[in-house]
Amino acid sequence: MSAKSPSDWRFWYVQHKGTLLAAALFLVMFVIYVSNHPAGFTPNVVQTASKKATLLAFVAMAQCFVVITAGIDLSAGMILILCNCLASWLVVGTPLQTGLGIVAVLLTGLACGLLNGLIIIFGRLQPIVTTIATSAIFFGLALLLRPTPGGSVNEDLADAFTSKLFGIFPTSLIVLALTILIIWVPFSRSVLGRAAYAAGSSENAAYMSGMPIKRAKLAAYALAGLLSAIGGLYLTFFSYTGEAAFASGNAYTLYSIAAVVLGGVSLAGGKGSAIGAVFGALAFRTIGDLLFVFDLDPLWQPLFQGIVLMAAISIGCIGLARVRNRLEWFQ
Amino acid sequence: MNLPEPFFRMDGISKRYGGVIALKDASIAIRPGAIHAVLGENGAGKSTLIKIMAGAVAPDEGRMLLDGGEVSFTSPAAATAAGIVCVFQELSLIPDLSVADNIVISNPPLRFGLIDRRRQRVVAEEALARAGASDIHPSSLVKDLPLSRRQMVEIAKALARRPRLMILDEATSALTQSDVEKVFDVLKRLRSEGMALVYISHRMHEIAALADDCTVFRNGRSIESYPAGTKTDQQVVELMIGREYTNVFPPKPAKPADRAPVLSCRGLSWGDRLSNISFDIRPGEIIGFGGLDGQGQRELLLALFGVLRDTKGSIEVAGQPLALKSPKQAKSGGTSIALIPEDRKTEGLMLPMTVRENLSIAALGSVSRHGVIDRSAEQARIDELLKLLAIKAATIDMPVGALSGGNQQKVVIAKWLMNRPKIILLNDPTRGIDVGTKQEIYALLRKLADDGAAIIFYSTDYDELIGCCDRVLVMYDGSVIRSLEGEEINEHELIASALNINPQAVEQRIGQ
Repeated sequence: MSAKSPSDWRFWYVQHKGTLLAAALFLVMFVIYVSNHPAGFTPNVVQTASKKATLLAFVAMAQCFVVITAGIDLSAGMILILCNCLASWLVVGTPLQTGLGIVAVLLTGLACGLLNGLIIIFGRLQPIVTTIATSAIFFGLALLLRPTPGGSVNEDLADAFTSKLFGIFPTSLIVLALTILIIWVPFSRSVLGRAAYAAGSSENAAYMSGMPIKRAKLAAYALAGLLSAIGGLYLTFFSYTGEAAFASGNAYTLYSIAAVVLGGVSLAGGKGSAIGAVFGALAFRTIGDLLFVFDLDPLWQPLFQGIVLMAAISIGCIGLARVRNRLEWFQ
Repeated sequence: MNLPEPFFRMDGISKRYGGVIALKDASIAIRPGAIHAVLGENGAGKSTLIKIMAGAVAPDEGRMLLDGGEVSFTSPAAATAAGIVCVFQELSLIPDLSVADNIVISNPPLRFGLIDRRRQRVVAEEALARAGASDIHPSSLVKDLPLSRRQMVEIAKALARRPRLMILDEATSALTQSDVEKVFDVLKRLRSEGMALVYISHRMHEIAALADDCTVFRNGRSIESYPAGTKTDQQVVELMIGREYTNVFPPKPAKPADRAPVLSCRGLSWGDRLSNISFDIRPGEIIGFGGLDGQGQRELLLALFGVLRDTKGSIEVAGQPLALKSPKQAKSGGTSIALIPEDRKTEGLMLPMTVRENLSIAALGSVSRHGVIDRSAEQARIDELLKLLAIKAATIDMPVGALSGGNQQKVVIAKWLMNRPKIILLNDPTRGIDVGTKQEIYALLRKLADDGAAIIFYSTDYDELIGCCDRVLVMYDGSVIRSLEGEEINEHELIASALNINPQAVEQRIGQ
């Protein structure tokens, strides 16, 4: 990058404020966590923390794609569960079979997202109800695949994806970073990505500017499905099994919404980035971990998590106190 | 001087929206290297014309010729491809994207299929410089810019598409004086480079300073095209008005009795949108607010209804000073203000809810006891209003969205009358409704005034102001610049003061 003038940095800061705040929030919490951890800052502590956070990070990234277009994907968690169940059948056997299995799982996630997008964009149904309905369908399919928990996964592969690279870096974090680099960065810099932001920010203006709104939204939903599928694969790598877990699917969906908001992505659309959403997810998971290092009763976790979440989200709403036309509150 | 031939023509263009005729048999011819001014009153069809030109709206009839060949634009993108670009009055910028993102939005420079941000920056800087706005930083977010800067970005965005024909719809209405001068220099330079410009403005002196050709629109028709400078201001104003005057208004009372004012407003200001507005209104009086669209009339009504924060100045209702904090407070017993909003579909009605629910929603307090709605009291009040306003609905339990526009508007008015308000604010209540309903609304307003209500009425239709109002306050740039009473309320005075040109001068020339 060429040298930037001070004013360039100021505008850069304004544009990325949400992401930076999320990163800062995560860093502060993580430092508190690690410094109070009995083992301290060791690769093992980092790996354990990253294991917990990776799944949510993928689903949050998926949610972020859709939320940027001012939509919402309440089926993200169930796509994860469906792909987990599918992977527990397919990602086994010889390297070739395993590879084909992975491709099949990813394509399934993509197809799920595409289905959401097609219904919402061309059927003109509301994202909330559409994805509630499809999430039930996806869970139903998952249940048919795995009526009881079971199945297996190619364990060599699973271990490779969940171990540490060079004995230091958790592989899951590296895969997360690569995903951002391969999916998010090109998308955000493409015409489609910009159209997705524009559609979320002001769909009328985007239409009047002749932007490809429909294609952009469709791409956002489809990629969201793909990212949830990566999350589903990782769940299989961690657990070595497939399970149609209703509660956990729903929890991922709800937490992903909390994570994107923490990550500076506006639910009204048009603002934020997947990098912010990932930091939001990491921060969200760290809130839970903080309890353990402070040796509090795990019973307190949901209550504590809720309060920290409220406080973090409130920071983003300070601007509303300065509104001069009260009608702007509702926009 | 040898004038170049027109390269773009529109012939016999018609467009209807439901029952409302927006354009009828309109024609215009645009020459390269010239600035073509389009004149007309509010609602004369100018906006529809340019929307058709820019591909945002398809005409019902008529044809468009570009370089002698017939063209039709199915989308704004198609018009852009043909070299026609519009700087819209309602801004078309994406608020959450940066200035540079917005400028290249329809055709960003690509590198390996991705947007090349360095080249985008260069393109944006060039376009801003061409628009005379190089002080705007290409990385700033559009939503952080003030309105006048956004307007400059809008012009830069249009220029970045390298148009042959650029349309400016009230492009200077939000600009500061120094920006207006810069834009004028830019427009003159573009003209000398051979670009065709269509310029829409209500400001006569701007048209005198810029235009080469003029076309006057009235009631959706193109009345006359003429070279600029061949007509006086007076002749132009007459072309703009020139319609038969049908008397659909109820007679005005001779002279309202001298009663104490029910509402007094002193030095009301709000940011840079309202400045130092003072007036009194007595029971039984109808005051109209006139002027061009967007001179602060809406903000004034919102301020009087407690929607705006940090207003300065004082508002007294029935002699009591008042700090209005919300519509809830404004409508409450002591103050008893009602606002019939501009956009009935978003601010006036809950479209999917029934007529009954909509009618009683603002007055539920007065027909309920301990939070329980007294259905028979509600029904009695509703019946009374249905009769008063002659609302035509198959049943009041149907969704209000299924009614015709005129009947919807009646429901909005009725909904507020249920509160028996003493002060009624109306924001352009007859926009987009049929003549018959308009007539009923005029009669109703007069009846309410005769029964002791004070009515403040903003309208973009000069006829209404003349026919309905006892007094008209004309607004310009956030202040009241003129108060017209009795015989003074006529089209010449209204238009002249709305345009802020010396009314006496116009009057004298008309008198000759």
